Amino acid sequence: MEIMIVGCGKVGAALARKLIDEGHNITVVDTDPERVQHITEELDVMGIVGNGASIAVLSEAGIETSDIFIAVTGSDELNLLCCLFAKKTAACHTVARVRNPIYSKEIEFAKEQLEISAIINPELATAREISRLLRFPAAMQIDAFADGMANLIKFRLTEETGLNGISLKQFPDLFGNGVLICAIERGDSVTIPSGDFILQTDDVITFLATSEQATAFFEKLHLSHRPVKNALLVGGGTISYYLAKDLLSHHIRVRIVEQKHDRCETLAELLPEADILCGDGTDRNLLLEEGLESAEAFVPLTNLDEENVLLALFAKKLSHAKLVTKINRLEFDDILEGLDIGSVIYPKYLTCDFILQHIRSIQNEFGNKIKTLYHILDDRVEALEFTVETSSVVTEKNLSELQLKPNLLICCITRGNQIIIPKGSDQIQVGDSVVVVTLNRGLQDIQDIVKK
Amino acid sequence: MNISMVFYLLGKVLLYEGILLGLPLAVSLGYREFASTQAFLLTILLCIGGGLLLSLKKPKKNVFYLKEGLVITSLSWIVISIMGSLPFLVTGAITNPIDALFETVSGFTTTGASILSNVEVLPKSILFWRSFTNWIGGMGVLVFLLVLTPLKGGSHTNLMKAESPGPQVEKLVPKTQSTAAILYGIYIALTLLQIVFLWLGKMPLFDAVNAAMSTAGTGGFGIKNTSMADYSPYIQMVVSVFMILFGVNFTFYFLLLCRKFKRALIMEEVRWYFVVILCACTIITWNIMPLYRGIGEAFRHALFQVGSVITTTGFSTDDFNLWPQVSKTILVLLMFVGACAGSTGGGIKISRFVTLFKTVRKETSNLLHPSRVGKLSNDGKSVPHEVVRAINVFMVAYILIFSASVLLISFDNLDLVTNFTAVTATLNNIGPGLEQVGPLGNYSVFSAGSKLVLIFDMLAGRLELFPILLLFVRETWRKF
Repeated sequence: MEIMIVGCGKVGAALARKLIDEGHNITVVDTDPERVQHITEELDVMGIVGNGASIAVLSEAGIETSDIFIAVTGSDELNLLCCLFAKKTAACHTVARVRNPIYSKEIEFAKEQLEISAIINPELATAREISRLLRFPAAMQIDAFADGMANLIKFRLTEETGLNGISLKQFPDLFGNGVLICAIERGDSVTIPSGDFILQTDDVITFLATSEQATAFFEKLHLSHRPVKNALLVGGGTISYYLAKDLLSHHIRVRIVEQKHDRCETLAELLPEADILCGDGTDRNLLLEEGLESAEAFVPLTNLDEENVLLALFAKKLSHAKLVTKINRLEFDDILEGLDIGSVIYPKYLTCDFILQHIRSIQNEFGNKIKTLYHILDDRVEALEFTVETSSVVTEKNLSELQLKPNLLICCITRGNQIIIPKGSDQIQVGDSVVVVTLNRGLQDIQDIVKK
Repeated sequence: MNISMVFYLLGKVLLYEGILLGLPLAVSLGYREFASTQAFLLTILLCIGGGLLLSLKKPKKNVFYLKEGLVITSLSWIVISIMGSLPFLVTGAITNPIDALFETVSGFTTTGASILSNVEVLPKSILFWRSFTNWIGGMGVLVFLLVLTPLKGGSHTNLMKAESPGPQVEKLVPKTQSTAAILYGIYIALTLLQIVFLWLGKMPLFDAVNAAMSTAGTGGFGIKNTSMADYSPYIQMVVSVFMILFGVNFTFYFLLLCRKFKRALIMEEVRWYFVVILCACTIITWNIMPLYRGIGEAFRHALFQVGSVITTTGFSTDDFNLWPQVSKTILVLLMFVGACAGSTGGGIKISRFVTLFKTVRKETSNLLHPSRVGKLSNDGKSVPHEVVRAINVFMVAYILIFSASVLLISFDNLDLVTNFTAVTATLNNIGPGLEQVGPLGNYSVFSAGSKLVLIFDMLAGRLELFPILLLFVRETWRKF
């Protein structure tokens, strides 16, 4: 498809990179000539210098033939305006990033009036993600499927779980049928395991289960399975605000450290139930004084990645708090994986995944839609959820009869309100939604899971 | 430097050369020239063998950057020239290896300078190969490679940048591979169109194919000793028009195809290109009128020669060495101007001159108003400072290489006009110069050493200097 991206900052570039891998034709538009030059040198895209809200620039970039238009510049208003113009000049789908909390209340209205197909608010998405993690602290990452009924949960296998040396075949006997291991990361390699796979300490395991089953599973492994009771947030930005709001609604006590006095006052006004502390979040004594050692969760959310990492390391040393570290820069994600600072959240990847998921579902408008898409294990594994709307080669057949592609696993079938962790004798039926985990990229339709 | 990737792509280039050589092989079979068949077969085997050997192992690290792109480009051109000279040597058409290399480099770089005094005695398949090298070199070997080989990330752009003529590479569509395919599509379509037009003018098919290929690449290898002089006025006009068409920036055609006429028409470079041709034609027609019967004939020769020189093709309909001084001077000056960027032509390129003139105008007005802030613009868009700087540096490097080459070949003790125009005609990829290297002369007068200098000039001119210069920088070959 012809896709135009306005704004080639980090999200724009990361999106372009992924979309090229999926075979789309990308045109990027940015006002900064250097950025455009840089991205055209690195990726096989066409770069146009200019303001994306100018019709002349858009038509030079070929808006008439574009299928999808994505606006991810730094400004909400510009993004909305770009999308409006794009929609009015060409019959394309539009996606905008809008982050201002004031607009976020009017999102639905804006979507409808401006005919925008999707609006992403990265801060809100990040806050939701963090909140999910804090409610399930043993997990490093949680992705929700089947409207939240099933979760894909990632955790690191430690000594005390007693799973070292156990093969996956023994799993049903030990833990019942409710837990399915989908992917395992060991060192630098990622596998979608078969029954013969033997677990080792320090493996990073991703499994699929319902919330209750996951709780039971973690309980058996002696991992903490209850939501945290309190959380200490450093930095009072937009994410903090959304996160605090979400946590408070789940009756988790929140303490926010923010440096600027004005901001503290605003937060105090917006979040009367939270403790707002005015001070430097990197001040050791302040953190200790405010109970870092006994905090159950510690979330550094400052704008500086370095500071967030240092704070997380500091907290790691002093407390047993669940750590969630927010990182803006995408370049060094592999290094952070090795640092053991708990869960690492990249708002920019969340934004990318959201948009990617949307694009894929636009792509096969008439086929079996992709409902959700996540990248797990730093981008090497994709987890997708399809809704099966038409009968095809994969439906009404025992799963054991399907010639699945290598490195692909059907993790879960949702039928009505029922979650099925599939066995060989189960079948995919029309109306189901199916979760698939795969190392292959660019799956478009449920039919793509079988060998051609 | 990602050496293994360099070798891998060199192997690919060799493979494609082997495949392309299949065409002259078929011609040799068609004309029952079995000696040439053997020569082409041998070359094809060597190309494919060497190519497979180099490209069999896919490198682990398959990304490459600008420097690798530049090195691959210049090495490819050298390697394909060496391999391409084999058919000349094996058939005995040319006996001296340096002469054979000169002829092939001249072909691939679309120069069209020859060391042969009598081309009419050559086998037809060898003549075909000569013209075919012009055609391949016109759009570029690596652009061809880009059409067929998928590469990773921005690697494409780095190759395209190294080979495409002009100060800035413009993509037509987002994917480089598709851009390359569109360029080749336009190129092939125009070539076929010319063949049809020539054939309608009763040109023998073999002649028409050869003439069209040479014109398309703006090469100028003729299959007659008299170049285009013996053909009918109709054929000469067709060739003139197509030479000029191939000198136009191909983006222009793409925009026309997409029906974006407005954007096509504001391309300043194309407009200036036609203005220069028109002015030069008018003056020369007026100047050479006494030599011909009537204004029509004078105009025909003037248009042909101006088109041939400005697009750096190098065909001739008459010995312009005998024309009056004004006409000769204009032609020599046009040799430096060259065609549009993004065309198949060589030379310094109109777009560079347009920018340079604007720079001079801006700097002059800055003398009057020292604190005035001015910005150059082209086609209604501002020209980044880096582009202006790159053009200035290009000009300096150009003058340096030019002077050094003239000095080096002057050791052969030929006259100044011959030396000067020989370097002009090779560095700008034109072909014929004046005096001893004029339309009726050839480059066999030079010594082996001078020929090597001219070979260097042709390659440097085709690849726009820097890729070739990079090969001589020690740092290029260091690991860090």
